[in-house]
Amino acid sequence: MAEFALPANSKIDRNGAAYPAPSGAKRVKSFKIYRWNPDDGKNPRIDTYDIDLADCGPMILDALIKIKNEIDSTLTFRRSCREGVCGSCAMNIDGTNTLACTKYIDDVKGDVKVHPLPHMPVVKDLVPDLTTAYAQLASIEPWLKSETPPPERERPQSPEERAKLDGLWECILCFSCTTSCPSYWWNGERYLGPAVLLQAYRWIVDSRDEAIGERLDQLEDPFRLYRCHTIMNCTKTCPKGLNPAKAIAEIKKLMVARK
Amino acid sequence: MADLRSPVARVRGLGSARDGTHHWWLQRVTAVALVPLVIWFAVSLLRFAPEGQAAVRAWIASPVTMVMLILAIAVGLWHAALGVQVVVEDYVHAKGWRIGLDMAMKFIAVIGSLAAIVAIFRIAFGG
Repeated sequence: MAEFALPANSKIDRNGAAYPAPSGAKRVKSFKIYRWNPDDGKNPRIDTYDIDLADCGPMILDALIKIKNEIDSTLTFRRSCREGVCGSCAMNIDGTNTLACTKYIDDVKGDVKVHPLPHMPVVKDLVPDLTTAYAQLASIEPWLKSETPPPERERPQSPEERAKLDGLWECILCFSCTTSCPSYWWNGERYLGPAVLLQAYRWIVDSRDEAIGERLDQLEDPFRLYRCHTIMNCTKTCPKGLNPAKAIAEIKKLMVARK
Repeated sequence: MADLRSPVARVRGLGSARDGTHHWWLQRVTAVALVPLVIWFAVSLLRFAPEGQAAVRAWIASPVTMVMLILAIAVGLWHAALGVQVVVEDYVHAKGWRIGLDMAMKFIAVIGSLAAIVAIFRIAFGG
C-alpha cells in the first residue's frame, strides 16, 4: 500500500547549527541548508548560515562556495562549470529545483532554503544519488542507431530536420525536472521520468536515426511512459527553459500514429 | 533479499509491456464522448426534475432518452474505471493490492452500469 508516514530517520531537525554573520556585516542573508551525514547516525538537520552579501558573489553557488571555503568546510555539494552547462549543482532552492550557479540570491525573498533534489536517496548533504536516473538514461540507448553503412562524409540533415532537435539537445541532464515529478517520486524505479523521456524523444525525432520503431517499442509501457499525467512540473522547473512535457506528449502522439 | 543486480538490470526489469497506448487513447475517446453526454444530461435534469417524479419517469421512458442515458452511464463508468486504474497504478505499489483493487473497481463499474441499465428498462417497460 501507499506509505503515509515518513520513516523515522527522515525527520528533519529544524534547529541545527547556526553560524552568525561577522560583525560589521552590511547586507545579511540567511541560508538554511539541509545537512545529512551518513557516518554520524543522526537524522538530517537544517543549519543556518548568515552571509554578508556585500562580500559574496551574486549566485546561490557563490554563497555555497563561500560557506565551504570560509565558514564550514564540511558542507558537501556538487558543482563544476558554474555557468549552467554541466548540470552538477542542481538542487532544490527556495522550493524549486534549479541550478545553484544560475539562480540569483536576490531572486529569493527572505531566507534561502536549500535542499537536495527531492525524493532521491541522499549521499551526503546536497548530493543526491542519481544512480537509477543514469541507468534509466542508459536504458533508452541515447546514441545514433543506423544500419545503413556509414557514409564517406557526415550524415546529411536538412535545416528543417535539424530544427526539430532544438529544445531537446540543450538538456544538460541535471534531473531537476525528473525529481520535480510526483509520478517519478511514487514510481521512480519504473517510470523513466521527464529528463530521460526528453532524451528518448531527442533520438526519436533525429532524422538520421533508423531505430524509431524499436525506441517506441521500448517506451510503450504503462509505467515507463504513461505515468506522465501532464502536470507540467518538469517544464515549470527546467533551469534551461526546455519543455519535457511537450516531448512526452509528442511521444504519446507517435504511439497513436503508428497504431 | 539483497538486490545485487546492476542498476541497468533493475531499470530494465521485465522489459517493456508494449501496452498502455490503447488505455491512454480510450481514456481520451471516452472523455470526448462524455462532453455532449454530460451537457445533455445536465440540461435535461434541469428541465425535467422540477416537474416531479412522473415527468422524469416519462422522460426516461422515451426511446431517445433511454439510448442517451444508457450511453452516459456506460461511457461515464468506463471512463471512471480507466481513470481509477491510473490512480491505483500511481499510488498502490504492493502488487497484490494493486491487482486486487483494480479488479474490484472494474467489477463495481460493471455491476453499477448494469444495475443502472436494468433500472432504466424497468422504468421504460414497467414491471
